[in-house]
Amino acid sequence: MVPPTATSTAVPGPGEAATAAPPGSPPSRARRPSRWLAWGFLAPVTLYLATFYAYPLYRNVELSLREYTVRSFVQGGAPFAGLDNYRTVLTDQAFGSTLTHTLIFTAASLAFQFGIGMALALFFHQHFPLSRTLRALILVPWLLPLIVSASTWTWLLNSDSGLVNAALGVLGVDPVNWLTSPGWSITSVIIANIWIGIPFNLVILHSGLQSIPAEVYEASALDGATGWQRFWSITFPLLRPVSAITLLLGLIYTLKVFDIIWIMTKGGPTNSSATLATWSYRLGFGNLLPEFGPGAAVGNLLIVLALIAGLGYIRIERRQQLR
Amino acid sequence: MTNPTPRAWWKTGVGLVLTGLMLFPVYWMINVSFTRDQDMRASPPHLIPTNGTLDGYRVVLDQQLPYLGTSFLVGLGTVLLTVALAAPAGFALAKLRPPGGRALSFVLLIAQMIPGIIMAMGFYAIFLNLGVLNTLPGLILADTTLAVPFGVLIFTAFMSGLPDELLQAAVVDGAGRLRTFWSVVLPVSRNSIVTVSLFAFLWSWSDFIFASTLAGGGDHQPITLGIYHYIGNNNQQWNAIMATAVVASIPAAVLLVLAQRYVSMGVTAGAVKD
Repeated sequence: MVPPTATSTAVPGPGEAATAAPPGSPPSRARRPSRWLAWGFLAPVTLYLATFYAYPLYRNVELSLREYTVRSFVQGGAPFAGLDNYRTVLTDQAFGSTLTHTLIFTAASLAFQFGIGMALALFFHQHFPLSRTLRALILVPWLLPLIVSASTWTWLLNSDSGLVNAALGVLGVDPVNWLTSPGWSITSVIIANIWIGIPFNLVILHSGLQSIPAEVYEASALDGATGWQRFWSITFPLLRPVSAITLLLGLIYTLKVFDIIWIMTKGGPTNSSATLATWSYRLGFGNLLPEFGPGAAVGNLLIVLALIAGLGYIRIERRQQLR
Repeated sequence: MTNPTPRAWWKTGVGLVLTGLMLFPVYWMINVSFTRDQDMRASPPHLIPTNGTLDGYRVVLDQQLPYLGTSFLVGLGTVLLTVALAAPAGFALAKLRPPGGRALSFVLLIAQMIPGIIMAMGFYAIFLNLGVLNTLPGLILADTTLAVPFGVLIFTAFMSGLPDELLQAAVVDGAGRLRTFWSVVLPVSRNSIVTVSLFAFLWSWSDFIFASTLAGGGDHQPITLGIYHYIGNNNQQWNAIMATAVVASIPAAVLLVLAQRYVSMGVTAGAVKD
């Protein structure tokens, strides 16, 4: 999914305002005691963070370390189980394939979202009539509720009546069981996820392109560089910082993707499109008899991956701000 | 760019084709929403809704209004709570330079990287004990986590752009911090409030994971679950499913039109300070 985020690079829309000024502008009239008073304004959000971010995270860790049943989940008193839940999950035969799917899903989504997003950004960076309007329209897939995108793709990829198979039929290709065959399900959810992520890549990369001064291009035009040479020797290197941010944000998002896969295939058939996120959900909520412990354990493995990506993002961004 | 050359118009043509390709699934959703049941499995599929029907939309009016109502209420609640939490925080971080402010910004940045499924499981355990599972306030509290970090960042960025003289003038007039915030900062921050509100509403409206885990068993279910139940029940009335999807997309369309304007207004408002 392409979820909410705030970055200080240009996110579509409001983020552009975010680059206006860095926090902590010049000191004006701050005496020590009054600076502490500022926490009066921060108290609500701090309390909220502690209650609704930190505590659920803590509960999740706790869930993963105890042996919960439905009964003890409601009444408390689940016995401490140490790392048993993690052992259960890591030795589960589904673990290997789920991790592989997560990596394939992430890598393929990122590669195509970024590649297509970059191509579109370069194209729309040229000035032509309607370029702004069309660029704004391409944002639509990114803004739609994921359930809307996922159900639309479910019908497009329907084996018997889907438009994609009808189009393939015209080309003489046999119909494909996109969502119902284990060999194709992961490809199908990747296609839908690429479609959703392209606008995000387009917008960030486009704003990156706009920050490259025109003189650089004028100089290279005098030197007689062709379009392709210009891209490889000027645009691409200058765009590297923005590209790194785009890819890392994409990585954080894509690891989190749950809605698309769950709505389209529920991770199936037979786990063939299950990722860590859908597996965690299935363990915790997808069965009649919930297994909260293992579910939370899978979730915590996922968060470790996400946090590694997150710290990478913060590092790169810090470095760029220093420059 | 005054007189587009023929070459420029040619590019417009390519741009139209590319945009058309990207938006084709959206068109298909609209097309299917008007398709009659008996044409649904036609081979080849009808590319335009000849003999279109409004049956799908009749079903939406019949069955989906309570879901839409819930989504609307939850969206409003999320907007109010998000702005109430994020605007004062943005003000403090932008103008009052609190000790530890940078650490708080860092925590907010990390907070939005936590996968939703993990938050959902934690919320489920807590809500079960508090007895707010399947209630509107519960869903509002959870959905607010989607927008608070973003809101704080936008408010901080916008309020950093407000001239210090404006705040000092208020202090000279004898206004305290709270009064300055309430009657000087908030009114001039209207654009950032609108921007944050629109996104908070959209994200809460689109939320599926909190809805399905925290509200899936109750009377107050949002529109995302309305659509999900259709698909889950192996419902074959795809015109109704797609009609619901079209209706559920309206806030996104509104946002695209409105937010574009408000965002550019916000940027210029921040730039006027000199």
